[in-house]
Amino acid sequence: MQEAMINKAKQLLADGVVDRVIGWKRGEFAYDITPAVFTSAEELDESFVYDDFTAANVSKYLVKESRKDGKVLAFLKPCDTYSFNQLVKEHRVVRENVYIVGIPGGPKLDAEKIKAKGITGILSVKNENYTLKIETVYGEESMPFYEAVLDKCASCKSKKHVIYDELMGEEGDVLDSNRFDMVEKLENMTAQERYDFWREQLSKCIRCNACRNVCPACTCEKCVFDNPDSGIENKAPADSFEENMFHIIRAFHVAGRCTDCGECSRVCPQNIPLHLLNRKFIKDINAFYGEYQAGEDAVSRAPLNEYKQNDCEANIVHERGVE
Amino acid sequence: MLKISLDKLDKLFEAISATKTLYIPTDREDGAAEYRKYESGMKLSSALNTVRSAKDFFFPQTENLVDFKMDGKNIEVIDVREESEDFVIFGVRACDARSFTILDKVFLAEPVDSYYKNRRDHGTVVAMACTRPAETCFCGTFGIDAAAPEGDAACYSDGESLFIEAHNEKGQQFIDSIASLLKDGDTSKLEEVRAKTREILKKLPLAKLTTDNFGGDKLNEYFNSDKWGELSESCLGCGTCTFVCPTCQCYDIKDFNTGHGIKRFRCWDSCMYSDFTKMAHGNPRLTQLERFRQRFMHKLVYFPANNNGEFGCVGCGRCLAKCPISMNIVKVMKALEVK
Amino acid sequence: MQVNENKEFQPLIVAFCCNWCSYAGADLAGTNRLNYPDNIKIIRVPCSCRVNPMFILRAFQRGADGVILCGCHPGDCHYTSGNYFTRRRMTLLFSMLDFLGIERDRTRVEWVSAAEGAKFAATMNEFTEAVKKLGPNRRLEDLRCRKQ
Repeated sequence: MQEAMINKAKQLLADGVVDRVIGWKRGEFAYDITPAVFTSAEELDESFVYDDFTAANVSKYLVKESRKDGKVLAFLKPCDTYSFNQLVKEHRVVRENVYIVGIPGGPKLDAEKIKAKGITGILSVKNENYTLKIETVYGEESMPFYEAVLDKCASCKSKKHVIYDELMGEEGDVLDSNRFDMVEKLENMTAQERYDFWREQLSKCIRCNACRNVCPACTCEKCVFDNPDSGIENKAPADSFEENMFHIIRAFHVAGRCTDCGECSRVCPQNIPLHLLNRKFIKDINAFYGEYQAGEDAVSRAPLNEYKQNDCEANIVHERGVE
Repeated sequence: MLKISLDKLDKLFEAISATKTLYIPTDREDGAAEYRKYESGMKLSSALNTVRSAKDFFFPQTENLVDFKMDGKNIEVIDVREESEDFVIFGVRACDARSFTILDKVFLAEPVDSYYKNRRDHGTVVAMACTRPAETCFCGTFGIDAAAPEGDAACYSDGESLFIEAHNEKGQQFIDSIASLLKDGDTSKLEEVRAKTREILKKLPLAKLTTDNFGGDKLNEYFNSDKWGELSESCLGCGTCTFVCPTCQCYDIKDFNTGHGIKRFRCWDSCMYSDFTKMAHGNPRLTQLERFRQRFMHKLVYFPANNNGEFGCVGCGRCLAKCPISMNIVKVMKALEVK
Repeated sequence: MQVNENKEFQPLIVAFCCNWCSYAGADLAGTNRLNYPDNIKIIRVPCSCRVNPMFILRAFQRGADGVILCGCHPGDCHYTSGNYFTRRRMTLLFSMLDFLGIERDRTRVEWVSAAEGAKFAATMNEFTEAVKKLGPNRRLEDLRCRKQ
């Protein structure tokens, strides 16, 4: 696939269809891949990579890239196309300046999961028939491919590209995923159990803001949490309240716009399952206001930007379920 | 050297925690390691690094400096400092052990930071030699020997026993306090293990990385390098690298209005943030390129220029593992280096 | 939170009231000399949809034990549709608070018109009792703001 993508990019550059290419650049190890912009065939040959570790969603970079002169080629995985489409809907990207090539997506791998198995000194990782052969400084190791898959890929919602100019490989379908299972499990716990679960998780937060900054839906020029005049800006989780507030508001500000791309949990250095907060909002929106998938199209109104006269009352939260 | 059998570690921890607060790295449910206050039954993590570094013990993420209470026109200033208890941090890796030397240069230089010094005086650092370094390790680049860590005292494991030796008076006091559990041991097997570790260190992918071409004398060359644009273009501007870093020491001081008083606190700050060092006229570094450059220039050029060539990095590899977009000091050094 | 002489817990309740209906409703409750607890601190807002989720959280941070949001009845909004948006937002916010294990009875939305002084008083009495049963807010409080 990587080879075909490089050729495609070279051809589009040579034909003058695009001026730049946004993709992924090889790192020092097998897994430390950085999103990067390429401008020449030499650069592409030298370091362009597309493999099991290229999980980063590049659509957010297009907010800036599409505002520059010329046209940029973006290779988007199915989940990335949802993020991009949502940005189109919100007029955050200049659609005409982006040439999208849809590419097959994951499942992508999580280096942390390999390391969690005690495998260290990783030199190379090869996928042989869904067994990972890992060469390390301490010798050869192996583990099943699916045990190292990123959480966001393990509950993939769709293999379909919702926006593209050109498609490489075959188009997939929207999947019947299990993504709400964990949310449901939490809903069925008692309030005390849920409280304890989230305290344990959110108390790990170091407030690095990676979840916010990586999020393709978080594109405000100035975040409310970066504004000292707002009175709520704070750089550190000085109190459990701050931890709760930051994460509630972070999730709330993207409610109805979050496409569930899972980047927030992928980048969290403390492995907090932040996507569960976003999924809770998605699940509620589906239940209260009808099925809605953000990014699926570029025209529909977001659930929090519209209403129906017969919407349920807010107190439904108090009435449903058991404590 | 004095030693204790590895299966008696529990007894060792019990003995230490009987007189002092003890912190050890332990495995969390999600597989990552973190320092926790020792409680009976807790197991020492075999992980190489904790997610958060050991700097938290001397330079916590948030810390209350002073409280103000207003009563009419009177303002009462309350010193909220509590005398720190004596504590022991056990199992600090060689990289983190060196990071304290770097932090000391910042906080113990005049004017001395009394909050930091207070903790430093009360804390004993017991380091632990590495036997299984990871691919992300490059402490050797900064002259650190992972098989012979610094700290007030150091421990070495040969797979059967834990050997302990003191590096200074504080370390000796620590060993004296647990002397009844220790006995003299033969270090021949330990020497083999250490030699093996040093062999592995040489084989690591980043073993050849050097700081030879970095330091204060190439300031303009590096500052004006045209590589910064490319290096910083994918930076998200989050604070992950800074917050997991054992040597990043920037902080912000803020007032928090509690509704019935003011708490003045300080918290870690990150040069990657848009409001870092914001002043009345605005922000001195307007683009992510400038912020990104600041972080690496500080570690590789400004810090050694001001501190007799000591670099502001210890090669622990946390930023290599944790950066959301995998951009890190190693990639910067390799891209930037002018021979 | 306050504790009176009988050591009975007196919750602190913040009520956001829209200018056009609920605030007038509270006024009417006053002119009609209807009793409602003095634990209620009313904050007047131009429309219920002025209330940002952060307002609710900030109220809890600063010591509220319960937060109630009152606006015009659906269809009666002075600005035509503000309260419809409020309804969606608060439904999701309350559900999220519940998801995080924060007692669900600490938050409520009620529609009170300018003519419903009696409903305002009754709602406040009932809500205060409900929050009283829950006790002081501990799960969403900021310890720094707690009065010693």
